[in-house]
Amino acid sequence: MAMSDETMTGGASGSAKAAPVPKGRAAAAGGKSTLGQAVFVILLLGALALPFIFKNFTIFQMTMLMVYAIAILGLNLLTGINGQFSLGHGAFYAVGAYTAAIMMENLGIGYVWTLPVAGILCFVVGFLFGLPALRLEGIYLALATFALAVATPQFLKLTPFEHWTGGVQGIVIIKPDAPFGLDAVLNADQWLYFFTLAVGLFLYWLARNLVRSRTGRALMAIRDNPIAARSMGVNTSVYKATAFGISAMFTGIAGCLGAIVIQFVAPDSFTFALSVAILVGLVIGGVGWLPGALLGAAFIVFIPNVAEEISKGLAGAFYGFFLIAVIYLAPQGAGGLLRALVAKLGR
Amino acid sequence: MFNRRSLMMAAASAFVLTAAGPAAAQDAIKIGNTMPYSGPASAYGQIGRTIEAYFNKLNAEGGVAGRQIEFITYDDAYSPPKAVEQTRRLIEQDEVDVLFQNLGTPSNTAIQKYVNAKKVPHLFLATGAAKWNMPDKFPMTTGWQPSYQTEGAIYAKWIQENVENPKIAILWQNDDFGKDYLIGMKEALGEAADSLIVAEAPYEVAQPTVDSEVLSLKASGANVFFIVATPKFAAQAIKKSHEIGWEAERFLSNVSVSVGAVLKPAGFEASKGVISAAYLKEATDPQWADDPAMAEWRAFMDEYYPDGDQASSFTVFGYGVAKTMEHVLEQAGEGADAQAILEAATSMDHVENPMLLPGITMTTGPTDFAPIEAMQLQRFNGETWELFGEIIHAESS
Repeated sequence: MAMSDETMTGGASGSAKAAPVPKGRAAAAGGKSTLGQAVFVILLLGALALPFIFKNFTIFQMTMLMVYAIAILGLNLLTGINGQFSLGHGAFYAVGAYTAAIMMENLGIGYVWTLPVAGILCFVVGFLFGLPALRLEGIYLALATFALAVATPQFLKLTPFEHWTGGVQGIVIIKPDAPFGLDAVLNADQWLYFFTLAVGLFLYWLARNLVRSRTGRALMAIRDNPIAARSMGVNTSVYKATAFGISAMFTGIAGCLGAIVIQFVAPDSFTFALSVAILVGLVIGGVGWLPGALLGAAFIVFIPNVAEEISKGLAGAFYGFFLIAVIYLAPQGAGGLLRALVAKLGR
Repeated sequence: MFNRRSLMMAAASAFVLTAAGPAAAQDAIKIGNTMPYSGPASAYGQIGRTIEAYFNKLNAEGGVAGRQIEFITYDDAYSPPKAVEQTRRLIEQDEVDVLFQNLGTPSNTAIQKYVNAKKVPHLFLATGAAKWNMPDKFPMTTGWQPSYQTEGAIYAKWIQENVENPKIAILWQNDDFGKDYLIGMKEALGEAADSLIVAEAPYEVAQPTVDSEVLSLKASGANVFFIVATPKFAAQAIKKSHEIGWEAERFLSNVSVSVGAVLKPAGFEASKGVISAAYLKEATDPQWADDPAMAEWRAFMDEYYPDGDQASSFTVFGYGVAKTMEHVLEQAGEGADAQAILEAATSMDHVENPMLLPGITMTTGPTDFAPIEAMQLQRFNGETWELFGEIIHAESS
C-alpha cells in the first residue's frame, strides 16, 4: 500500500517550492495546518450550532453519521496507516454495541461507563484476533476477517449466551436523558449528539496523535516496507497486532455509541453488510486520510436514501452507480480529491 | 464534490417533501411504512409494492372517506438500525398520521418503544410474533396475521379432538419463532401438556441436518410429529420421518408450506398426508379459479401491478392487508385523525376480507389487538394442499 499520505509528511505539494527542502516542507505543512485549523474551527462551530437549527430527525442522522465516522476512523488506522485489510469490522462494532446493551439493560450500569469497557474489550478481542492473523497477508487476511463478520450474528443468536444477548429478539435500550439538569435545555437527541461529538473529537485527537507519534511512524513504515521496518528494529508482529487492537477499539466504541443512539441491538443489525458499509466509507473518504472518515460516513448514511429517492426499484443500482462514479472521479477518495484541488489552487 | 452534490440533493428532496406537506395534508391521509426492498429479505418487498398499487387504485377511484391516501414507504433492508432511521424520518420529517404494515420482527421491536412514545398508531404489522398483542404496554401497536402462538394452539386443539390417545413429539427451531409455537401449543393443551408432549427436540439454524433429532423423537414412541421448522429443515424432517417409516400424524408450521421450496425437495411421496394450517386463499389453488374475490384480485394485479407475481402469496397478502386498511379508514370516517384511525383498527367486529378463507374474519377490541385468530387445516395430497374440516378458532379474548 504505497499511498501518498498527508498526515504522514506534508505531502507532495511541498516539493514544488524553490526553498531548501526541509524548510519548504515545514512551510507547506505549516500553511496547510493553518488552512486545516480554519476548516476545523468552522466545522466545529457548525457542528455545535446544528442541533439548535435542525429537527430531531436530522440531529439523529448526524449523530449516526458521527458514529459511523468513528468506526471508519478505526478501520482507517488499520488499513490506511498500517496497511492491513479487514472485512470484519462489523464484528467489533457488534461487540461494542452488545457491551453497551448488556451493561445498560442487564446490569443497570450508566451508559457513560459502557464506552471505556467496550473500548478495552474490543482492544483485547482485536489484539487477540490480530495475533494469529499476522501470518495472513492482504487478501487472505481479508478472508479471515470476512469469516469473523459472517460468524458474529450467529454467535449472538446462540442459546448459551441467550440470557445475556436476548437471542434473536435482541435487547431494547432505554434512551438516556441529558444529565446535570441539562435536560431542561437539551432533549435526549440533542444530548446524545453532543455526547457523540465529544467522544468523536477525543478519539480523533487520539488517532491524530497516534499517527504522528513514534508508534504511528512505525505503523506506517510497516505498511510501506515491512522488511525495511523490521531491519530498522520495528517489532512488526507486536505493532501489527496492536494496530488491530486499536482499530477494533475505535470501531467498538462506535458500536457502543450506535447502540445507545439506535436504542436497540439484535443479530440482524450486524450482518456482513455493516462491515462492507464501513469499508465503503473508508474508501470513499480516502484511505490513510483521517478526516475522510466524516465524508465516508456521510456517503454511507445519505447516499442509500438519495438512491431510493431516485428509484425504489433500482435503488441498489443507483447506489452502485454513485459508488462507481466516486471511485472513478476520485480514485483516492475524498481525501485524494481534496489534495488534488489544494495542489491545483496552490499553483 | 460528489458528496456535496448528493447532500444538496438530499436537502432539496427534503425541502420538496416538507413543502408539499401542508398543502397535501388538508385532504390526504399520510400512511408511513418500511419494508425490505433490498437485502436478504427483499422478496417481502412485493407486499409493499402491492399495497402501494392498491392505494393507487383507491386514489384513482376518488380515495377513501373523501380523502386521498399518501403512502410513503421506505427501504429498511431488513436492518433494525435502518428501520429506526426510516421510521424517524416518517414520523418526524414526513409527519405521517399512522404507520402500517412495517415488516419484520427485529425491525418492529427496534421501533416499537419509540413509536408508542410518539403516540403514532403502528397498525397491522407484517410479522407472526405474538408480542404485538399487548394493548396495556403498547397501545399503538397491533398485529394482523395469525401469530405463531395462535397457529400452535390451533394444531393443539385439532389434535385433542381428532387423534386418539395422542403422544406428541415436537421438533422446533431454537429461536423466538420456534418458542412462540411451543407456547401456543402448551397453552392450548393446558394441564394435559406435560403428559401429552412426550418429546421435544430443539435444533439450531447453524446445524447441517435434523436427522438425529428426528430419530430420537421417533424413539419416544410418539404418534404425532409436530415440525416447527423453516423450509430447509422442514424438508429434511419430512423426508427423514418418511424414510424411517414413522407412521405419525405429521404437522408442519405454516412458514414452510411452500410446495416448491419444501415439499418437492422432501419428495411428494414422503410429503403425502402432512397437515398444516392456512388463513389466506392460495393464489394457485384450483378451487379459487372461479372465486369472484380472486378474480377481482387478478384484475387489480393486471391493471395496477402488472409486474407482480400472481403465483406468490405475498401479493395476496398485500392485497388483503391493504383492504383491511381501507376498511379501517372508511370506519374512521371523514376527517379522521390518528386517534380515530387507531380506534377503528382496534374495534373491528367480525370484519370480512376477500382474501381470507371463507369463515375467517377479523376481530379486535380494547384487550385484543390480534385481528386474525382462526385458521383452517389443509392436508397435502401428494400434489397440492387440500383444505379440510371446520375453521378452528383460537381467539385470545
